[in-house]
This record gives sequence, structure tokens and C-alpha cells, in this order.
Amino acid sequence: MCDTCGCNVTHGNRHLIEEGGKHAHTSDDHVAIEVLENLLSENDHQAAHNREHFERHGVLAINLMSSPGSGKTRLLERTIDHLKERYKIGVIEGDLETENDAQRIRDKGVPAVQITTGTACHLDAHMIHQALHQTPLDELDLLFIENVGNLVCPASFDLGQHLNVTLLSVTEGDDKPAKYPVIFRAADHVLITKSDLLPLLDDFDPDNAGQSLQQLAYKNPITLVSAKSDQGMDEWLDWLEAQLNQASATEPTTASV
Amino acid sequence: MHELSVCQSMLRQVEEIAQREQATSVERIVIQIGPLSGVVPELLQQAFTIARCGTRAEAAELVTQTQPVRVHCLQCGYDSDAQANRLLCAECGDYRTRLISGDELLLASVELTRN
Repeated sequence: MCDTCGCNVTHGNRHLIEEGGKHAHTSDDHVAIEVLENLLSENDHQAAHNREHFERHGVLAINLMSSPGSGKTRLLERTIDHLKERYKIGVIEGDLETENDAQRIRDKGVPAVQITTGTACHLDAHMIHQALHQTPLDELDLLFIENVGNLVCPASFDLGQHLNVTLLSVTEGDDKPAKYPVIFRAADHVLITKSDLLPLLDDFDPDNAGQSLQQLAYKNPITLVSAKSDQGMDEWLDWLEAQLNQASATEPTTASV
Repeated sequence: MHELSVCQSMLRQVEEIAQREQATSVERIVIQIGPLSGVVPELLQQAFTIARCGTRAEAAELVTQTQPVRVHCLQCGYDSDAQANRLLCAECGDYRTRLISGDELLLASVELTRN
């Protein structure tokens, strides 16, 4: 058995699988099959199932992504304060460890399910499916999924969400979109958070962040927002309501099964 | 870091195909990866050397075809090459473009051996 991973490749037979070895050659019964499927088709299949599930229950699902510490949970707390009288909101929290964020959301009187991923750097559609078993979808209009704080991996995994919101806090560099194009390109709305700190930070220019996003052919809204001072919250909440209205208007045609 | 997850998912797909085709082993897996897919081909190769063990693809070669980043300009209609973080039209410079290639994450083909 291989010492590295426990496989059955040994020093004795390794030469067989390396170039020029018996198993490296193709035989006469060799057949080539064209596939052309997404490499994450298993995840995509589950994501489509999740999306159907949301739509059957008339729930709009929004995936929040950002680096750690850019204020996703704080933004959710403030959003819940403003909207909970009008909409029924639920949250799925993704973190490597702890129930802390789910508890913060529950303290606002809103149901929250915590997914702890252990060492996994992102949420995937199967984890969301598991969490949905504990989520009262029948009672919800809006479900936020707070992804693991990470600007790389979450971008590759469809969870079944309808919309992506990516946060960029002013304590990060304004060139983040140029450094992490995949996650910022995927956004339906970019929020530049912690804007109350802007007067203290002379090295973050929101215009630079905007230009950096424009270079990614980003055409969706960019909002400067502070969950502390409430700057920009109206714009963010108006956008959310517009999405909710649009979703409920199209519900009868999109809801399937 | 998520390349191992991607690789395991790929191998499950490959195993399914191998089983369906009654193949004894997988000789070659060809994938297409664009710079905007969020997956790094070199890391996927590394993950592959671990994840393939004990599968029918244990001795398979993983071939990565990298797709170029190209955009179609919604303003002037021109198709041009671009960079992952600069998706502007090369002709008129406009940012209102649509990606036509470069975000692929595809299992293109597999080569199998039947006994």
C-alpha cells in the first residue's frame, strides 16, 4: 500500500502505471467517450434541486460572499432589524467552526441554521440541502446564505441561490476585484461595507473599486453601505425589496414540480 | 484549496462512465478549464495524484486544456481576447461585454479500456 495516501500503488508496481509502463499504454479495446459535462455536475444537480425547493416555497435565496471580517453578519443583523416586520427572513450560516454567527441572528428573532464545515473552505449544494431540513421554508419569504469567509472557493459552487451579493469592506484594498475576479464577476450586487470608516482610511477609494469592477464587465449595482451608521442601507433595502417583488411576480411560472 | 473537492467530483463522474461502459480502467481524462472558472489546473493535477488512488482512474493521465479568455462587445459587436481581470473590448474599450470563453470547468472526454 502506498505510504502517502493508502492506495494500492507500490514501489513494486509503480513502473507499470508510469509513462512507458504496461498500464500507461492503451490497448486495442481502448474507447474514447466525449462527455462535455460540467466538472461539478453532481453539485450543480443538487443546486438545481435546492433552487426548485426554494421556488416551490416562494422563497428568494441570496448567497452572501466576502473575505472574513468584512461584515456579512453585521449587515444581516441590520437588514433583519429593518425588514423583519415586513418579511419573514431565515439565515443559513457557514463557518469552519462555532455557532456564534447563527446565535447572533437568532438573537434578532429570526431562525438560523449553522453549518460548520470543519476544514472545508466553502459551502456546497449538498450542505445547503442538509441545512434545509432544519429550515422552516414554508414560513419564509427570504433566505440569506452567509457563505464561509473566503474570496476564492465559494465562487465555484452553485448552492441553488437566486442571487449573489459580494461584500468588499473599506478596510481591504480597493483593488480586490482585480485580484479576485471570479467572485466579483459573479455578483448581482456589490456592497462596499464599513463606509463609516472611510474618513479614517485614505487608501481606499470607492471610485477605484468601481473602476476595478467595471474592468470585469460588471454591470450591476455597487452600494456604499455602513451597518453601523445606516449609510446606504436604504439603497440596499430598496434593491432587496425590488428583488422580492420581482421574484413573487414570476413565481407562478418559475415554480415547478 | 477546493480543487480536491472538484477533483473528487470529477472522479465520481468518471467512475460512473467507466462502470456504464464496462471499462476496466480509465486511460485518460481530458478537461477544459478557463482562467475564470476559479479552479487552478496545477492544483487540480496535484489533487488528482491523491484522489485517483483506488479508482479505475488510478493510472489515468489528466490532460488539461486551458481555454482563452474572450469577450463579445455588446456595444460594437467585436469579439476579442481579454484578461481575467480586464474584460474590456479590445476594439472600442467598452466594459459592456459578454464572456464568450474562459470560464469553462468541463469534463470534455475520457478514454477507457475494456477487457
